[in-house]
Amino acid sequence: MNTRSPLRKVLRNPVGIAVVAYLFVILIFALLGSSFSHWDPNKPDVFSVLQGPTAKHWLGTDSAGRDLYARLLVGSRATLIAAALVVLCSLLIGVPAGMFAGYYGGAFDAIASWFANMLMSLPAMIILLSVRTVIGSSIYFSMVIFGILVSPGFFRLTRTAVMAVRNELYVDAARVSGLSDIRIMSRHILTVVRAPIIIQTSMVAGIAISIQSSLEFLGLGDAKLVSWGFMLNDGFRNIFMKPILLFWPALAISLTIASFVLFGNAFRDALEDSKKIKRKKSDDVVVTTVIPPAKDESKHLLSVTNLGIGYPLADGGLKKVVNEISFSVDKGEVLGIVGESGSGKTQTAFSILGLLPESAVITSGRVTFNGDSLLSPENGKISEKAMREYRGKKIAYIPQEPMSNLDPNFKIGYQLVRPMMKVLGLSKAEAVTKAHSLLKTVGIENTDRIFNAYPHEISGGMAQRVLIAGAVSCDPDLLIADEPTTALDVTIQAEVLDLLRDLQGKFDMGIILVTHNFGVVADLCDRVVVMQYGSVVESGDVRTILKAPSQAYTQELLGSMLVDKTPMTLLTSGKGE
Amino acid sequence: MASFLAKRLLSGVLLLFAISSLAFFLIYASSTNIASNILGEGATADQIKQKSHELGLDQPIVSRYFSWLKHALHGSFGNSWANNDSVISEIMRRLPITLSLVLIAILISAILATTLGVLAAIKGGMVDRVVQMLAVAGFAIPGFIIAIILVTFLAVKTHIFPATGWVAFTDNPSNWAKSITLPVISLVVATMTSSAQQIRSAVKSVLERDFIRTLTSRGISRREIIIKHVLRAAAPAGLTVLSLQFVGMLGGTVIVEKIFALPGMGDLVVNATASGDTPLVMGIVVYTVIIVIVVNLVVDLINGWLNPKVRVK
Repeated sequence: MNTRSPLRKVLRNPVGIAVVAYLFVILIFALLGSSFSHWDPNKPDVFSVLQGPTAKHWLGTDSAGRDLYARLLVGSRATLIAAALVVLCSLLIGVPAGMFAGYYGGAFDAIASWFANMLMSLPAMIILLSVRTVIGSSIYFSMVIFGILVSPGFFRLTRTAVMAVRNELYVDAARVSGLSDIRIMSRHILTVVRAPIIIQTSMVAGIAISIQSSLEFLGLGDAKLVSWGFMLNDGFRNIFMKPILLFWPALAISLTIASFVLFGNAFRDALEDSKKIKRKKSDDVVVTTVIPPAKDESKHLLSVTNLGIGYPLADGGLKKVVNEISFSVDKGEVLGIVGESGSGKTQTAFSILGLLPESAVITSGRVTFNGDSLLSPENGKISEKAMREYRGKKIAYIPQEPMSNLDPNFKIGYQLVRPMMKVLGLSKAEAVTKAHSLLKTVGIENTDRIFNAYPHEISGGMAQRVLIAGAVSCDPDLLIADEPTTALDVTIQAEVLDLLRDLQGKFDMGIILVTHNFGVVADLCDRVVVMQYGSVVESGDVRTILKAPSQAYTQELLGSMLVDKTPMTLLTSGKGE
Repeated sequence: MASFLAKRLLSGVLLLFAISSLAFFLIYASSTNIASNILGEGATADQIKQKSHELGLDQPIVSRYFSWLKHALHGSFGNSWANNDSVISEIMRRLPITLSLVLIAILISAILATTLGVLAAIKGGMVDRVVQMLAVAGFAIPGFIIAIILVTFLAVKTHIFPATGWVAFTDNPSNWAKSITLPVISLVVATMTSSAQQIRSAVKSVLERDFIRTLTSRGISRREIIIKHVLRAAAPAGLTVLSLQFVGMLGGTVIVEKIFALPGMGDLVVNATASGDTPLVMGIVVYTVIIVIVVNLVVDLINGWLNPKVRVK
């Protein structure tokens, strides 16, 4: 990633400008501090100790009669040198070690990671004090040691980033084209970790200043050195006589640390800005045409009319993912929604259950269930409480990926029993009995074992059966299945489809089956809606569409199925995302 | 679970061994004129030789190391060079003060950080922005400056709390509470804000996980999902944050004890290093590392117990 543009962005935000300006001023003081004051910061004057601000001494004098203003200016030098030493030292150790560990892995990685964990688990302050007998009184040596102690931060950061990009195509390409590993690391990989390293550097600089001033505050280090920490030390010894002595160095230290931290934050924000969609207040987005919840007189179980869904963009605009689509499901009917990834089919499914991410905006349309509106006319979303009337009891959901949709910390039994108690009001004993019979219904023989198992103890196919059992547990009228077989092995896919068909007959449910696979549609559905780029391409009776698809896109989808390929990627060129 | 525990224990012992050996060689290899430093400038060459022999300094460093290790394994770290007290009894006198300070601070900090972090994650908006701002402020103002501010305004200027000194709980509970209030606040303020932010991101990442959406679809209330499922799933991350915070506080007490003149470990380590009291420094290093290892072990154990994959085996 290019580091220039985030830097420029930092300079465009007011906090960023203030912070950079402050650090620049501090740098000037550090370089030329003594020329801004005609007082020698180290010259004691027994006749003017502990003076308040005067025309001669702008900020007053300390307990030895030294000029506070001069000391404050020159003290910035020690602070910046200390921060630079820590940063340099931890960078020089952490980044190369992290690169090698991430790139080569193996024994070096294991040893270095152990070492990093060890260093990170030690209280730095106590270690610094303990080794002080070794390294003598110089604060700068302590800072070098501290640099070693914080280097694991850079090590971990670099290692993680390198591991992530090591197998990227462009790194492979560089390797194949004969570049040496060192070249690849410095050219390609360093570019990736540069930005996070800049953020970490500003944090480490802040911590370094805090540690340096702590040590000096304790009176450790070369007392001849002019520094903010020693000013604090002097002020603290005279706290009963002149507490104001503490004010200036404390302010300078805090402002400097804050500047480094804020710089890091501003830089991170600038980076995220260019990557992520910025969240806009939902009332900024005009909801175009949500139709008021007039009683829907049609006899459909669920009807979706002109539904539009979008996500706010950084520039205040809206990225539409679903464009004014309409369809309906009747009682006992199976509707397939077919399309590639990104066609908006999952978004549509989520919107029915109110499960869209918070940033999503319903831009138009209405969704009615048995004639009642599931969308509010104000902002498209009805209250949690109102939605809970439907969830589980009337509309249920089967997710795509079985393992990640069970809470790993709770037993399967609990995850089945709890919704039945909440939604149906069953007693615990009744719910347990029903859970066992549900597990039997979905084809699980040893229900005791599964009931008492944690999700990690069962297979993916088993987990999907459990999720299906959970979905039908409260006798819903409508089941929304989002790619229920995609994550499963082919043999299990067929079993799960059979199960869905059986359950549909048994409970007389309406089903919305979201899939990319026309085979599944042909197997199970009565009607089908074909979606592309968030719009409905074609809809109608399954037989008709399978036999004579009127749209070119549907033909392509069907064609790709016939050569036994799942249409996961964009098939048609031109309209990209 | 047993093998998990054994592995962690072994790693802890290794860490202890590595750190103490490193510290021993670093400190002794570079200390010169130890005997003459102890005896002062007026000491004769004979006296220095005598003292060196007494302290075993005329032995080669490797044999001194093994002798130290042997004694350490038997639970003895020798005597302080400064006052000839046993290192262990000196540490045992100081340790309760520091530990009570840190334990009370970590408890308060854990409660505050968890509350703030969870609220920021689930409520968003204002609360979230305040927590983020506090995190920056907490980071920018070092703990000891907060301590100085507290002393200046609440002790020196207004006398609400004592500025310095330690009262044992057994002597006078209410004065004990007064004597540790400001030190504890300093420690809490310095660490709580960053923990709150880390707990916030841990909770946020759990909220984005698939099973939360599925639980919602089943008709479980948001309140129950957060209290039972989200907190449970975010607990390991939260505990790790707190254990790091604990280690940070052990360092933080050094300054806080100095500012409030509390006779704890921090005060001891400052004095020991200033006077070059090597056996005492070594003892403190070993004790600190042991405390760190125990804390990490406890956190590992709780996390292992929380994780069904580890527990059920």
